[in-house]
Amino acid sequence: MNQFSYIRPASLKAAIDAVAKDNSARFIAGGTNLLDLMKSGVTTPEKLVDINRLPLKEIQVNGATLHIGALALNSELAAHDTVKSQYPLLSQALLAGASQQLRNMATVGGNMMQRTRCSYFYDTTMPCNKRNPNSGCGAIGGINRMHAIFGASDSCIAVHPSDMCVALAALDATVLVTGPKGSRRIPFHDFHRLPGNTPQLDNNLGKGELITGVEIPANDYTKYVYYLKVRDRASYAFALVSVAAALDIHNNEIRSARLAMGGVAHKPWRLYEAEKALTGKAPTEENFRYAANIAIQSAKTYPHNAFKTGLSLNSIQTALLKAATV
Amino acid sequence: MPQENDQQNYPQKKEKHEARRDFLKQSSAMMALALTPPLVMKAAQHDEAIAGIFEKMPLSLEINGKKVQLSVEPRVTLLDLLREQLQLTGTKKGCDHGQCGACTVHVNGQRINSCLTLAVMQEGKKITTIEGIANGDQLHPVQEAFIKHDGFQCGYCTPGQIMSAVACIREGHAGSPTEIREFMSGNICRCGAYDNIVNAIMDVKQGGTAV
Repeated sequence: MNQFSYIRPASLKAAIDAVAKDNSARFIAGGTNLLDLMKSGVTTPEKLVDINRLPLKEIQVNGATLHIGALALNSELAAHDTVKSQYPLLSQALLAGASQQLRNMATVGGNMMQRTRCSYFYDTTMPCNKRNPNSGCGAIGGINRMHAIFGASDSCIAVHPSDMCVALAALDATVLVTGPKGSRRIPFHDFHRLPGNTPQLDNNLGKGELITGVEIPANDYTKYVYYLKVRDRASYAFALVSVAAALDIHNNEIRSARLAMGGVAHKPWRLYEAEKALTGKAPTEENFRYAANIAIQSAKTYPHNAFKTGLSLNSIQTALLKAATV
Repeated sequence: MPQENDQQNYPQKKEKHEARRDFLKQSSAMMALALTPPLVMKAAQHDEAIAGIFEKMPLSLEINGKKVQLSVEPRVTLLDLLREQLQLTGTKKGCDHGQCGACTVHVNGQRINSCLTLAVMQEGKKITTIEGIANGDQLHPVQEAFIKHDGFQCGYCTPGQIMSAVACIREGHAGSPTEIREFMSGNICRCGAYDNIVNAIMDVKQGGTAV
């Protein structure tokens, strides 16, 4: 690992100032991704700003909104009573990610800041537009079994690795950030970016901006939910594809649906058209298949990941069936 | 500059070649101090803690029930601190990237991967390693169960497996073989002793012994 200086500021302002004024500085919370990247030489910050002593850990219900502090641990959030009862999709997604050891370290804000696990991004001897802009993409024309089928570009076909973020996308969360110019709220859908021709940017945070929390509005998705994660082994692996499915069913009619996927795009991928197709329909296998077919229409595959289209189709249908038959 | 007053509670072997290493460490730390820009010095007045590049910073930890005062460079992981400065080599370095679980220790009672956290981030915390779970010569019930059920072959992953297993039972995640397999999935065993590890954990859980 490269040498770096370290500060542990006592205030939010001091932490933000430290990163805003220094291009080579990075925030560190759980460190589970950042230290991994630093050991591989992918990221080489000259200063780490440890934010763990800032008061951003609380998980609380404010009226109809769940407020999650950016430093809440993934394990705490997954086991939180309100999350389990009112936002079970989020709890399921969290428990599908990583291992208990990592969930005990990883924070909510850090989870959102995870970088792709594309092997070309990690291998500093290979070209990668995300790691080293304008150096090319090793995955296009390389081994691209794990890569995107939605929203990719000629610059980058990497996928976002998070499970938690797929649930947050489905639940229409809002990201709270504070920076040198004050605080702002970013709808979850607008937080992460598609690669376009600037794949080095994973999200829309400005310089020195720090995630302070996430808010999830109250919703009707407390019962008919399911997070399906398909991977190369039974547990503790990144998704080939994952599906967050949430249904509001009354009298055998779907009043509304939420669907999002992981492992298929540069950001958590909402399936808006499929959601619309389910609204007002009966929760039947045929209707789920129909919606899943709509979802995969825009898929574009590469030589090694063509299987992801069929896998997505079946996974969306299966997740909806499991959600509906709780 | 922080004084070297660490390792007072742990035996430290000093080989001949280490004298040179110590000299290099000290001289590079002095060089770093000389090069520390005034801005960093000024910031120190406002921040809770600070260390420049190459500079060691003081660190207080409680390790296996003993309070220790250390001085550590920022880039030292908790795993490297335990193994290389404190000679607590029971905690293993497998992948060093959070993918194998061999480095699992408890921090304030929670299991974590010690390879993916900086030692300086653990200021004031209580660390428990595999060396700290037996009661004198009496093995911990999970250690006994691993022997009884042959929960290992080469043994390299075993300290991490046992630390993870103790936490798994305490968390209430050892209710069934399926649940154990899911919540022990962060510990890889290349010899494939999984069945016996699950049996060992089930045995302790069903025996009802406090862990």
